[in-house]
Amino acid sequence: METMSKTDLEDFRLETRKWLEENCPASMRTPVKDSGDFFWGGRNTSFKNEDQKIWFEKMLQKKWIVPYWDTKYGGGGLSDEENNILTQEMTRLGCRKPIFSFGISMLGPALHKFASEEQKMRFLPEITAGKTWWCQGYSEPNAGSDLAGLQTKAEDKGDHYLINGSKVWTSYADKADWIFCLVRTDFDAPKHNGISFLLIDMTSEGVSTRPIKLISGKSPFCETFFDNVKVPKENLIGTLNDGWTIAKYLLTHERQMIGGVGETDVRRELHEIAKENLAFRDGVLADPVLRTEIAVQGMNDSIFEMTIQRIMDEAKTGVNAGALSSFFKYYGTEQNVSRMELLTAITGSDGLIWESENEDAKVQARLFCRSKGNTIEGGTSEIQLGIISKRILNLPS
Amino acid sequence: MALILNEEQKMLKDSANEFLAMNAPVEQFRTLRDNNYQAFDQDLWQEIVEMGWTALTFPEEFNGLDFGYVGLGQVMEEMGKRLTKAPLFSSIVLAGTALVHSANQGLKERWIPALMNGTKRLAFAQDEKSYFDPNNTATTATKTGNEYTLNGCKKMVIDGAGADGFIVVAKTDEGDLGLFLVDAESEGITMTTEVLLDAGTYAQIDFNAVKIDASQRLNDVGNGNALLNHINNTAAICLSAEMLGMITEAFGQTVAYLQERQQFGKRIGTYQALQHRAAKLFCEIELCKSVVIKALQGLDNKAENIDQLASLAKAKLGDTIKLVTNEAMQMHGGIGVTDDVNIGFYFKRARVAQRLFGDYNYHLDRYARLKAY
Ligand SMILES: Cc1cc2nc3c(=O)[nH]c(=O)nc-3n(C[C@H](O)[C@H](O)[C@H](O)COP(=O)(O)OP(=O)(O)OC[C@H]3O[C@@H](n4cnc5c(N)ncnc54)[C@H](O)[C@@H]3O)c2cc1C
Repeated sequence: METMSKTDLEDFRLETRKWLEENCPASMRTPVKDSGDFFWGGRNTSFKNEDQKIWFEKMLQKKWIVPYWDTKYGGGGLSDEENNILTQEMTRLGCRKPIFSFGISMLGPALHKFASEEQKMRFLPEITAGKTWWCQGYSEPNAGSDLAGLQTKAEDKGDHYLINGSKVWTSYADKADWIFCLVRTDFDAPKHNGISFLLIDMTSEGVSTRPIKLISGKSPFCETFFDNVKVPKENLIGTLNDGWTIAKYLLTHERQMIGGVGETDVRRELHEIAKENLAFRDGVLADPVLRTEIAVQGMNDSIFEMTIQRIMDEAKTGVNAGALSSFFKYYGTEQNVSRMELLTAITGSDGLIWESENEDAKVQARLFCRSKGNTIEGGTSEIQLGIISKRILNLPS
Repeated sequence: MALILNEEQKMLKDSANEFLAMNAPVEQFRTLRDNNYQAFDQDLWQEIVEMGWTALTFPEEFNGLDFGYVGLGQVMEEMGKRLTKAPLFSSIVLAGTALVHSANQGLKERWIPALMNGTKRLAFAQDEKSYFDPNNTATTATKTGNEYTLNGCKKMVIDGAGADGFIVVAKTDEGDLGLFLVDAESEGITMTTEVLLDAGTYAQIDFNAVKIDASQRLNDVGNGNALLNHINNTAAICLSAEMLGMITEAFGQTVAYLQERQQFGKRIGTYQALQHRAAKLFCEIELCKSVVIKALQGLDNKAENIDQLASLAKAKLGDTIKLVTNEAMQMHGGIGVTDDVNIGFYFKRARVAQRLFGDYNYHLDRYARLKAY
């Protein structure tokens, strides 16, 4: 990509702003209540409403579903600078992401780095078109934090692999079309050296799922079972038995996403919500303890945002930000968990409503429960702190 | 604007690092302290002038470099790493900012060149109580004819002893604040000094019916609060840059200790209880770096939300430096509380830096007020 001059970039900003204003429906510029408000794509696509459909299709035509991928994969071919501008403008207007997709945030980066050109041409355009809903098959009942201890087996049967085993906590496995999966292909090698990265069609014979109900009342994730599932060999990504390298690379992207890197939807500031709910005296929040807690949260939220920007700016100058994904994951999720805890304090009994005729009233208590998973999914906070201490601080093992 | 240093700023930081490592290592801090709490080394100060650091934030009109606060912040950070003692903060950040933003051309022409070339020093006299409270100045400046009479008592004047003059904040009978440049030799001034925890010397100055010519007033009537607010923002931000240097150094020494010290036949850095605490400090320090550069850029870009940025920086750095220096001492074990190693210096300097120009509580409260809650 040629670098654009400052005035070209300014033009791009103005055009982008205008285009977004003209094409993003008003209801798609409101904050999402929960992840169910997003369009998820996939074979059995269903839009929640007309505006969601319009927004997705406009962005699809514009090739801005994944604006920064190469055009040959259906991306928009934007440079880093242009993409930054687009993100900034979307944030400014509060535009929702047109689609929520693990294909974009997790699998895509891994395919870009490790897949053959043939595999890229096969899978990436489906992602940019929103046609494949991908889920993640990493965790197993006995392999959570100790992910490399996974036991799901893939045997070489000549032209295919035969898969047996089970995964757990597979988010949206019951809705997804495909799963990117870590499987054991060598039981004799040290545990990190016998893992491979395999793509499996969820409609393959022998794949089944069972939803798990969460404390939020929802069941977005499942147990996933593989019972003599045949997977063509061309679905192996990268080198046999070197899947751990891919797994870790993908996790850095997952962790950045969970940590809030690249978010465009705007969250309301807590003190504004406090203003609607709580007593003020002499222009300040009357509850001094809550006021302090809100200020601390606000301080760290806004400095964390600056930090995402700083580290991304440094990455553009060639500084390797890879290990910092654990920092983003740890800090971003701890902030979100404390934010939800505070929101619950600010909204009092209203924030605790579980069942009600008013659907909107039930959202917050459920989101509060959901937030407790943030510091677990994608590797727990303790695991992230371990990575920071070993990879960044070089503390001994 | 990208939150990174540009090439020139990077070069300045590197040269400050090199120069200070060579000419002002922490051992110099120890030597000065042991030499009856000497305030700074005059030769070093002269070399700092020659490095151009005293000219960074002055406009070209006065032969300054107009290089900006991001640059000066890098120097402050490098000085923080070694606890370098020099009147850069008092005479350049505080008095210099006051003069640059002063409406009084005569004072500017007289003083800015002298501050830049180090032949003269000014100190800034604001605090009156044991805490930062810029909205309750009690010192008065009463006008008669073309003269003000100054009455009051100022505390915690940094590098006050030996300064050629003071910039004094006082309430005028015109209804707002006045900032006055008072000659140190003026009649009616008495000074005592105290050494604080950080081995720094701070002056307490009594102004007893001190007469000052109206031409010594920095601000136009009505602009005193704004000028003072700007000086205090600049001070909080530059001090935060210095604190960032102290934090990264104290943390670096602590991580190095975790890597080498052995107990129970293992290096103590293998213990997860310590690893996780160190990792949490790392995260907080990442936040500190961001808010410091953002706030320094805010000074250079004249950001509209500079009040907020200053309070965010000083609150965050104040909170983090307390945490980091406490953890640093604890993780050093017994040796950490001895005077033989340097880690305690950082802890002691931190406690003073935390209080100067508003502590964590002050700035967190100010941040909330600025956001109207
Ligand atoms: C909302 C949600 C969505 C998820 N989605 C998916 C998905 O789509 N796909 C998928 O594959 N997985 C998914 N997961 C699984 C997730 O990755 C695991 O739950 C996580 O890695 C932790 O594993 P575990 O649950 O087995 O806990 P454990 O590993 O058993 O951990 C229990 C506790 O022990 C601590 N602990 C463990 N080891 C150490 C250690 N060495 N040092 C210190 N403390 C330690 C942990 O931090 C934790 O506090 C999801 C989880 C959640 C909550």
